[in-house]
This record gives sequence, structure tokens and C-alpha cells, in this order.
Amino acid sequence: LFQYCLSGHPTLPCNVLKFKSTTIMLDCGLDMTSTLNFLPLPLVQSPRLSKLPGLVLKDGSTFLDKELKECSGHVFVDSVPEFCLPETELLDLSTVDVILISNYHCMMALPYITEYTGFTGTVYATEPTVQIGRLLMEELVNSIERVPKAQSASTWKNKEVQRLLPAPLKDAVEVSMWRKCYSMPEVNAALSKIQLVGYSQKIELFGAVQVTPLSSGYALGSSNWIIQSHYEKVSYVSGSSLLTTHPQPMDQASLKNSDVLILTGLTQIPTANPDGMVGEFCSNLAMTVRNGGNVLVPCYPSGVIYDLLECLYQYIDSAGLSNVPFYFISPVANSSLEFSQIFAEWLCHNKQTKVYLPEPPFPHAELIQTNKLKHYPSIHGDFSNDFKQPCVVFTGHPSLRFGDVVHFMELWGKSSLNTVIFTEPDFSYLDALAPYQPLAMKCVYCPIDTRLNFIQVSKLLKEVQPLHVVCPEQYTQPPPSQSHRTDLMIDCQPPPMSYRRAEVLTLPYKRRYEKIEIMPELADSLVPLEIKPGISLATVSAVLHTKDNKHVLQLPPKPPQPPTSKKRKRVSDDVPECKPLKPLLSGSIPVDQFVQTLEKHGFSDVKVEDTAKGHIVLLQEAETLIQIEEDSTHIICDNDEPLRVKLRDLVLKFLQKF
Amino acid sequence: MSRQCALLLPRVCAALADPRQPGSDDTCLEKMLDWFRELREGEPTEKLLQDNPCLTEFFSSVLALPEPNPSILSFTLRLAGILAAAEDCFQHLQQRQLLVRLFGEGGPLSSAAWEDASVRSGWVEGVHSMVQHQPALHFICSGGGIDVVFTLQGDPSLFVASAASRLLVHMLTLSVGPEVTLPLNAKDCDWPACAQMIVKHIEDSLQSSSASHIKQSLKLLTSLFGSCQATWTKVLWLGVAKQVESFLTEDSVQAQHMLPDLLLNMARSPVFRDTEGSFWALVTSALEHLTPLQAGPLAVGILKLFQCPQDVRIQALTVLLQPMDCILRAASQPLEYAGLVDESVSDPSTVENLLSSKSSCASLLCQTLAHLEELLSVAYLRVDLPSATLVRSVVIILQFCNGLLIPASPLGSKISQILIGCFRVQRSALDALAALSQWKRCDTVVESLFDVLLAYLESPNTSPTVLKKSFQAMAKWLVHLLHKSFKKQRQTEKSLQDVLLVLQKRLCSPCWEVRDSSLEFLTKLIACLRDQDEFRQSLLSSEVPKLTENLLEDPESYVRASAVTAVGHLAFLTYFFFPESPVAGNQYNKENTVAKLQEILSTDPEVFPRRAVMSIFTMWLQQCCTGELEETERFVSRVIQITERDLDWEVRLGCLEMVQIFTIYMFCRFGLPECPYTPVPSAVTSSISWCEPLQIFCRVKLFGFLFRSLCDCDKPVGQKACDILLALKSHFCQSSMIDSQGSGDLAAGRGIPWLQRTLRQGSLAENFSTGGGNGVDFEDPESMMLALRTIDFEELHSDLNKCSDHVEKSPQSLLEDILAAVGTIEENEADCY
Repeated sequence: LFQYCLSGHPTLPCNVLKFKSTTIMLDCGLDMTSTLNFLPLPLVQSPRLSKLPGLVLKDGSTFLDKELKECSGHVFVDSVPEFCLPETELLDLSTVDVILISNYHCMMALPYITEYTGFTGTVYATEPTVQIGRLLMEELVNSIERVPKAQSASTWKNKEVQRLLPAPLKDAVEVSMWRKCYSMPEVNAALSKIQLVGYSQKIELFGAVQVTPLSSGYALGSSNWIIQSHYEKVSYVSGSSLLTTHPQPMDQASLKNSDVLILTGLTQIPTANPDGMVGEFCSNLAMTVRNGGNVLVPCYPSGVIYDLLECLYQYIDSAGLSNVPFYFISPVANSSLEFSQIFAEWLCHNKQTKVYLPEPPFPHAELIQTNKLKHYPSIHGDFSNDFKQPCVVFTGHPSLRFGDVVHFMELWGKSSLNTVIFTEPDFSYLDALAPYQPLAMKCVYCPIDTRLNFIQVSKLLKEVQPLHVVCPEQYTQPPPSQSHRTDLMIDCQPPPMSYRRAEVLTLPYKRRYEKIEIMPELADSLVPLEIKPGISLATVSAVLHTKDNKHVLQLPPKPPQPPTSKKRKRVSDDVPECKPLKPLLSGSIPVDQFVQTLEKHGFSDVKVEDTAKGHIVLLQEAETLIQIEEDSTHIICDNDEPLRVKLRDLVLKFLQKF
Repeated sequence: MSRQCALLLPRVCAALADPRQPGSDDTCLEKMLDWFRELREGEPTEKLLQDNPCLTEFFSSVLALPEPNPSILSFTLRLAGILAAAEDCFQHLQQRQLLVRLFGEGGPLSSAAWEDASVRSGWVEGVHSMVQHQPALHFICSGGGIDVVFTLQGDPSLFVASAASRLLVHMLTLSVGPEVTLPLNAKDCDWPACAQMIVKHIEDSLQSSSASHIKQSLKLLTSLFGSCQATWTKVLWLGVAKQVESFLTEDSVQAQHMLPDLLLNMARSPVFRDTEGSFWALVTSALEHLTPLQAGPLAVGILKLFQCPQDVRIQALTVLLQPMDCILRAASQPLEYAGLVDESVSDPSTVENLLSSKSSCASLLCQTLAHLEELLSVAYLRVDLPSATLVRSVVIILQFCNGLLIPASPLGSKISQILIGCFRVQRSALDALAALSQWKRCDTVVESLFDVLLAYLESPNTSPTVLKKSFQAMAKWLVHLLHKSFKKQRQTEKSLQDVLLVLQKRLCSPCWEVRDSSLEFLTKLIACLRDQDEFRQSLLSSEVPKLTENLLEDPESYVRASAVTAVGHLAFLTYFFFPESPVAGNQYNKENTVAKLQEILSTDPEVFPRRAVMSIFTMWLQQCCTGELEETERFVSRVIQITERDLDWEVRLGCLEMVQIFTIYMFCRFGLPECPYTPVPSAVTSSISWCEPLQIFCRVKLFGFLFRSLCDCDKPVGQKACDILLALKSHFCQSSMIDSQGSGDLAAGRGIPWLQRTLRQGSLAENFSTGGGNGVDFEDPESMMLALRTIDFEELHSDLNKCSDHVEKSPQSLLEDILAAVGTIEENEADCY
């Protein structure tokens, strides 16, 4: 059981599991934090950004001034943003048989895997995961492609050059692995390899293992996976939530009795309670709007935004914000809002029951109907006609490097009345804001991460009791910024096994059993013998037939007919030679009775000695020793075969044969 | 006993003893027992029995029942006990063998009914009532009853067990008697027979190996020393002292947890506290040997005692301070500040172990913090509390609880891990911190204190209840420090700014509890700090007033009510108390606020905001800030008009309170005596006639409101209206005696007899509302003068003061009720046939 760890990001995992004869990739998350090193892509020409000075190195050289720009003490790459891919060199990715996707955030690297590595397998994911994943990819591609950038910077990536750069570029890792965004045809090709699955559906992989997605409670269609054979069970827990938000609740019971539990995708902000953060979000939003300012919420087009809109639906009337327009701007805004309403079977119970009324499960439908929430594909077109201030704008991308959010940052950044509220936990808000400094607008950090926190993990592990836990190394020590918070790490017995990027783990579990079927005819021929109450044994002589990872015991071929001709028979591959079987013995020898029997048979000088493991019966006259132990009996006599045979027969009288 | 009752009683007794009855209402039976207790005090009991033979017959018939109803049997036992409390009556019942049959071995004791706890409870209560004289005591002790009481101490019903324990204490006290002087030597002591039995029982139990017997006896002793302070208790104690002392060190008995109460009751008794060392040595030993969780209550009790050796007090204080000291030590290594406890005299290891265990850490800290808070509220504490260091340790606990503190020791790490996010400890610590604000010499730690409180106020993870307590603690400290030395404390000023910022955010919280406690906090600050210029300026230049006013339209009624109170105080601050204050935004003007609050009063569907508006209006009037006379008149008139039809009696009562203030205000204004709220020198108005206030009262329609309120279906409203009318009568009728006699009576008197009649009948409020008073002109000063003179408000007042059930409360009514219940059953039976 091996695990190849291709990603070091604990919430954007990419692991490959070699289990029995299969190679299974678990998620393929795309680390987008690399984009924070790039300048934003403005939708309209930004004089501020275009006037930024080029980088002059300490030695005065200016050869990088076209590629790297300085802004408020930070250096940014002036190029199309690039993403950090999972490791592709650790193993040959074309050998991957299947990819299991746990949620739409963890599939963003899929086109890079399926389209660039010779991958020929199948991808398994739930329907909402695929649909919303497609929206996220579409938004990503659209945001980058609609602002074409002629320049592509690569000189700075040269190791010798990178060494000279100021932090954080100097410390950026795996820059050679950074790639530009994929294209829509690649997205479509990747998505065409996905096979849709439903919760608890059992999928056989080559007869060797069975994989099953389980609800993980984190997002629409998000799943944990069980990978099991007849005698081994590996659980893959990725991005799970125990909070009551919109998705179906997490299925914990099915994770029980795992031999190995791979735990990834815990909350990125373990100290922030999501309820408190939602409260904080609403308070800051109301405070800004009441003071006449605008609120900008950089976000993904799906996920927490549904819950935020639901909270606001309940809050805006009571807070006197009914007349404030809410705008949701994304190339996929419409699809996201509509998709959320049609995946009833993937929603929590409350929302499911609404569908039968029938009512839309999410209240954002009503917000749209009453014109309180308006959505637009981009800032161009209708939006510019309808735009009224003060207002609240939800738009992407949370990294603030591309998408419509760049425009609003440029537009509203100068006024202290406005507020930008960060709700997505994936990016450091200070790094995201760096190319916009100096900034007058207020910044509020309300990361809402509903994934498991360490207290919940501790309860979960107590409940499901896996034999071994495997997790990213980040979870085995307190966060670097809060080294005293020993409560912010996984605490379980035995201690978890940790992994880091580009590491290969031998999982701490050895396979011991394999299931083998017995053909009915063969079973009929067996004669079990009860050796202990409830335990019967039988000897089996059969042929083991293995095909598609299934093992079957069949009747042995009939003993070969005695050769009719004197020609030497050719040994056939199909019919193995069958040797006659000696019977097996079982039982124990009661020493007292054995001695009596010996005496009956004329051995008069029998002596018994006790040893650590059993007894030694001495026949002094015959110079013979009978060593009786729990699992063996030896007759040691000196070249007296008749005596040995006699003694053997006496011993065998006490034992059962079968 | 009245004749009617005497006539009813035999039927009632017969009904109660009738086995076909399903058992009477328990409340009726209790009331009957109360009635007999009163009767026993009022008349000779033997005569009561002789005059009412039905009572003895009742006892006999209940005893004759094969399967009596447990509640009736219990009632019978208790009634017999009450009657037998008088010695003559006891003899009367004894002669008829009734007491033996009721309380002796052959009675309910040995019947199946004894299984019922109510019967056992009735038996114990009956005996307790009966044992008021020596014959009764002898009867119980010699007849084997006392053994039953001993057994009942361990009864599965806690009520019975506790009553049995109380009974033993009572019997012991009665047996020894108050006057008896005993030699102060347990061995030579010649206890009276009954006392001897009980004392022996106590001693034997304490020496037994049965934990439950030991606990029962300790409970008994605790109760005895708590209720009896006679010198003989000391003799009793001397006999058991050694044994009790041994429980401190013997783990096998598990009786340690009972010792603090016992020792505290002894410490409160002059018999023990005045003795030389031995008792206090035991207390000291208990403080040492009991676990910190057990010793805490003992320590706090000792510290509250007025008379106690100082060394014991210090030992007790050490017990309380030790956990706090450990916290200090856990947070900093080596200790940066002086600790709370001298480590050379106390071993912190036990407390450290408790603090590093998940199961005991929070309990120990919560208990200690609660005890400290309790001590801080004691007016004359005889020891010095190191308040500054205590504040520091409480601040550290709060820092541990939200993960702000980086612990420097392994113990600190462990405690931090346990406490992070622990709401229970947060709440207790904040309560203790608030209490510490009253103590002097705490200013040195103010900076970290404000930091931690602000962190709690700002953190989105703070739960609403913890936030409320954080606000309360912050308010107390801010008020304390701002009052003391605002200008000197830059830190306080900065904290105030920070608090106002966080308040803005909290006022916009989606959680109504948070909005509510934010408003309460604001109100508290304004009420306490309104005379501080710096505070007013900071507040009025912030966004807080605007956000507060927004909350007048909050969907949650509690929040609206708190917003009303806050806006009322803000209004007071801005344009009444300091009219020159700069005001943020031009929408702030007096008329706007008054109009808004009046609108809430007239339209809000919930009662809390309306009640709040009334309180605010009353406060404004009390502080004379409703403007000039005409303005005030208009204001009161409008409020009366809105409120008189309000469905909530508290709002109507609130309005009457405001009216009362208004009448006093007017009398003051026009130079009448007793003026607590005089706004203008009385010399100016002394010449004005008494008529003017009367005319004003009529103009504001005050009389109509008052008379209508007299007939209000809610009694407090009627009583208040009557009080006001009585006051008006005494003012007007005295001052107008000379000039208004008889004039205009005929014209003005129309309807007054009707009014009198109506008021006498009471509860005709609808006549007022529909008929306009049947010709009474409530706005005519002459008519009202006549009404004040004519109507006997004193009589009305005493009628209103009578309890509403004064008719139904009589014993006769009680007996009739019981019979009526029986009657219903009989009718039902007839129907069945």
C-alpha cells in the first residue's frame, strides 16, 4: 500500500494510491497561490499599474525591468498569471487508472493531468461536482483569456536569476512547475473523461478494489471516498463539514473500521468559527452601507456564496438594507445560481423538503425575483446601466489578480467609505491586497471555512476509530504563527503518519488475506471434520484459477490415465500434476494414556520427563526417545525402523486423521 | 371555629374518609391543615376535639379502611400531629388509643401503604408537629417510634430523609431543653433518656463502617449545629470530635465533602468559635486536607465570618488564591510579578494537578472565580485581597481562554489547551473582573485588562452571553476609571475610542442578543458618564447615535425596547442635559425623537418597546427635560391620549407613574409644598391660584384617565390611580376649602353620583369608554373638584388593597369546595346509573 504525495497544499490535495494492482489518484487540486506573485489583470487600461517602475536589482542591473514591477515595496511578475501544478515527475501519471474527485475545488488541475500526461483512465465525480467544477474552470479561463497579455515572463524563473530577487519571489518553490492556465477545449476534453457517480454507489475497479463516494457535507456533491477490497479498507476524507449548511450532511458511519484513513482538507482558519465570521461579515457590510460606502466581496461563484446570500436574505430587511442593491458578477453567475436550485437530491434535508412544496430550495431565488439581487456576466453591458451606489458586489477572483474584482478594487480602493470583505480562506488577504497599496478602503477579513476543525476531527476519529491516520505534515504541528496552540493539530493514537510534497509513503498496513471462491462441486467434495466444537477442518485439493483479480478454487483434474502407449506423455501446462496427499493429523497426545499404552505393548521401562514445551518419553532399554510437544512429536531411535513404525502407529492412535 | 364551618366539617370528614372518593385535591388538604394550625393557636384544642367529634371519628374511620388512599392517610397523620401538639389534646387522643394506632407499630407503619413516600412523609411531619411536649417525646421514644425515625434518615425519598433528620434535631433539642446545664465532659454527661438514644445513635453511626450511616449522622450534626447554639452541643461534639476529625484523612469513607458545611455551621455558632484552639485547629486541618474543590466553600465561608482567628483566615485565603497563583505561575516563567501565595507555606502540586486535568480545570477555576466574586461583594472583609495581582491572574485566565497568551511553562501549555474556547470559565472570569473594578489599587494592570476585554468584544468567536459579560465588565471598568481620572489616563481615552468602534460593529450584528447587549452597554455608559465632556464628545462624534436610532425599527422587540432606552438616554445627553453639545447629523432634533418614541408607544405590537418608552418619558419628566410648561403639557396630554387604551397594564401603570410625576411637577411649579423637582423658584409663582394646576390637569385629560384607571381590571393600575387621586384631593381640597364651598355644585355635579356608584361597584370600565362618563365632564375643573371632594377615595383604596380572593379564601369556602368536588362525583355516579 503506497501513497505518492503530489501536492503539499493540505486543502488542495493530489495523492496517488497504489492499492493491490490499481493506481488511484485522489483529487487533483491546483495551487493558485502562485498567482499572488503576479500583477493583476485589469479589465480596462489601468494607468496606475502600467506606470509601475521596473525592478532594479541591488547591483543596479535592469534586465528584469520588463518582467518584474515594483509596487509599494513588493515585486510582481508582469505576465499572465501561472499556477503551481502537482508533481508530475514522482511517478508516471499515464499509469494512473482512475482519478477520484472529492469536490469541485479539488479538480482544478484536472486538465493538466488528463491532457498532458498520457492519462487514459477514468475520472469519477458526482454530478454537482462536475457541473460546478466546470463553472469554476470556465470562469477561470474566461477571466484570463479576456484580458490577453502579450508578454510572458520566464527569465526570472532561471534559478540563478531567482536567487537575486527579493522575497517572496526568491523563495517561491517549484517555479519551473508553474504553468499558464489551460484553455476551454482542454477543459472540455478533461471533463469528457469523467464518469458520474452517486453517493454510496459501489464502483468496481478491475475486480481488485471497490470505490464508493460518501457525502462529506462540505459543498454540493462533495464526497469522501472509501477504497476497499475484501479485507482492507482505506478511507479518503477530503473537505468535510459537520455544520448545517446547504449540502447533504456528512456520512460518518461508513468511515468506521478503516485500516487507513487519509485525512485532508481541514479548515484553513481553525481559530475562526464560521458562525461568528458570518456575523462579522453582516455587521461590517451593514456598517459600511449605512455610512454610504460600497462593499466588495471577492468570492468564488459557488459554495459559501449560497450561504452568505441566505444569511443576507434573513438579515437585510431587519438591518434596514432592503433598498441596497446586491450585484453578483461572474461569467457563470446565472448558471451557478440556477444550478444550485436543481440539485435537490444533493442538498440538506430542509432544502430537499422545500422542493416538494414546491419552492426553490435557496432563498436567493426570491432575492432575484424582488430585484434585490441582480446578476451579470461581467461589468460590461447591462451592469453599467443598472449600477447604483451604495451597493454590495460579489465577484471573483478571490486572489484579486484577475476577474471583475480587479476593476472594483481600482474603482473603490481610494475611498475609506468602501470596504472589501474577504470571505474565501484560500488566499492571504494581505498578499492579495499588496499590488493595490496604498489603499484607502477598509479591509475586513472574515474567512468562512466550514470544513472540519481540530475539535471536530478529534471527535470524528474517536467515533470512526481508524487503525492508522495519514495526513499532511501541516496537521501534525501547531500553525507556525501560533506555535503555542497545541490544540490546533491532530491528536490521536497512534500518532498520525504525515506526508509532504513529493514524498512516497509506505502506508502502515500489510495485506494478510485474500478472498478465494470455491466452486460448488469442489465444496461438495469436502468432508469437514470437527476438531473443536464449532471448528471443522477439511483438506482441499484444487486448482487455483486467477482472472481479473478474482481467485477461484476449482476441482483438480482427474488423475492422468496410465499411459496407454510407452510414449512419454507431454506435460501439459493446464493440468498440473497431482500428487497423492498424505492425511493431515490433529489432536493432542495425553501422556499418561500414552505411557499406559506403551506398557501394554511391552515397554516396561518408560520414563517421562517434563520439558518447557511438553514431555519426553524415554524408553531406556530401547534407547529411544519420544519427544511430545504442542505442535510436533518426534520419535528418535537408533536405526530400528520396525520399532519406529511400531511407536509411530501407537502415537497415531491418539490423533485424528483427515 | 365558626358555626357554619362546624356544620360543614362532619360532612367534609365523612367525604374524606369515604374510600370511594378518588382523593381530594392536595392543595385543599394543605389549606385545611393550615386552617387547623390557625385554629389550634386561636382556641383550646381539646375543646376543638370535643366540639367536633367528627375529627376523632375521621381518624378511626381512616384507620379502619383496608386500603386507605395514601394522600388521605398522609393528611390524617399530619392532622393528628397538629392536634396532638397541644398536650391536652394529645391526652384526649391517647385515651382513645388513636395515636398508638396512627403512629405506633400496628398502624400505617406495618401496612402496605407505608411503601408510599407520601405516607412516610406524613408520618414524619405528624410526629414533628406532635413532639412539642415531653409526653409526646416519651411516647415516640418509648414506643419504638424513634427507631423508625432513625431508619427514615436513609429513606430513598430525599424529602422523607431530610424531614427525618430535622425531626431528630428537633427531638434532641426538645429533649435536652434550653435550660439544662450539663457538665462539659462527654463521658460524665447524663443526657435525658431520649437525647441519650439520639446521641448514642449518632456516635454509633459515626463509628460504623457504613458510609451512608456516617453521612446521615454528619448531616444531622450539621443541621443541629446550624439551628441550636446551646452549650450542650459542645458536649455532644466532644464525644464525636475525634471520629469526625479522622474522616479528613480516611479516604475509605468518602465523607469529606460533608465536612465543610458542618465546620461552617460550627464556626458560626458562638459555642465553638469562642473556644480555644482545638476547633480552629480542626478547621485549619480541613483546609489543608480537603481537596481544593471541597475546601473552597469552607474557605469562602470562613473569610466571611466576623470572628475568626487571623491565621485561619489567612489559611482560607490561601486556599482561594492558590489556583489563581498557579495561573500566574503557569503564564510566566520565571515569575515576573509577585505571586499571590507564599509557596514556602503551601504546596501547589495538588492544585497544579487539578488544573492540568481536563475534567477538573474548568470546575476549579469557575468555583474559585465565583468565590472571589462573592468575597469582593462582602462589605467588611477582614483580610486584604491582593486585588491588583488578582486582576492580573483573571486577565491571564481570559487570555488563556481565547488563545491570546503564549504560555511559558508546560503547565501553562496544558491549561491553555484545556481553556481555549471554554465559555464557562470565560463567563466566571468576566464576572470576577467586573467585581474587581470596585476595588482600589488595580490601575497598574489596566492596559492589559482593556486589551483583553477589547479582544473579547472584537472577536467574532465570542458567544453572545460571553459578549454580554464582556460589555458589563468593560462598562464597570470604564466608568470606574473615567470617573477617577479621565485626563490622566490616555489609555482609558484610547480604550473608549476603541470601544465605540467595536460598539458600532456590534450594533449591526445579525444576532439580536448581541445588538441588545450592545444597547444595554451604551445606556449604562451614558447613564454613568453623561457628565464627562470627553465621553460625550467621543460618543456624539461617532456613528453610534445614528446606528442606535436605526435600531428603533429592529425586528426583535427586545432590541427595540433597549434601543428606546438608549435613544432616550442619548436624547437626554444631546439636547436636554447639554443643549450646547454638537450633534451628528441634522436629523437629530428633539421633536423627531419625541415623535418617534410616541409612534412606538402607539403602534408597536409588542409590549416591551412600549413599556420602555413609558419609562423613558417618566425619566425625562423626572429630570425636567420635556421643555417649557406648555410643551410639557402638550407632551403629557399626548402620552395620556396614546396610552389610556393600551392593552398592557404595565404600560398603563407606567403612564400613571408619569402622571404622578407630572402632578408633583405642577404643584412645585405653582408653589405648592414638597417639591422635589422644582424647576423655577417658587417665589415667582406663589401668587398664582391653585386653579391653574387643576385647569391644566383637566386640559391634559388627566382626570378621565385617572377615574377610568380606578376601574381597571388590573389591580395595580387601580391602586396607583387611587394613590394619585388621594394626593390630588389632599392638595386641592385643602387649598380650596375657603373659596369653593358649595359654588356651582348643582351644575357641575351632574353625573357625580353615577361616578360614585360606578366606582363603588367597580369594574365598569366600559361605561367610561363608551358613554363618555354618563354626563360627567372630566375636563371641567368644577366637576372634578366636586368629584375629588365627594368621592371617598380612602374607602376605595382599602377595597382595592384587599386581596382579590378575600371572599374565596375563607375556611368555609374551602370546606364548601371540598364538598362541591364530592358532589360532582356523586352526580357523576348518578349519571352512570
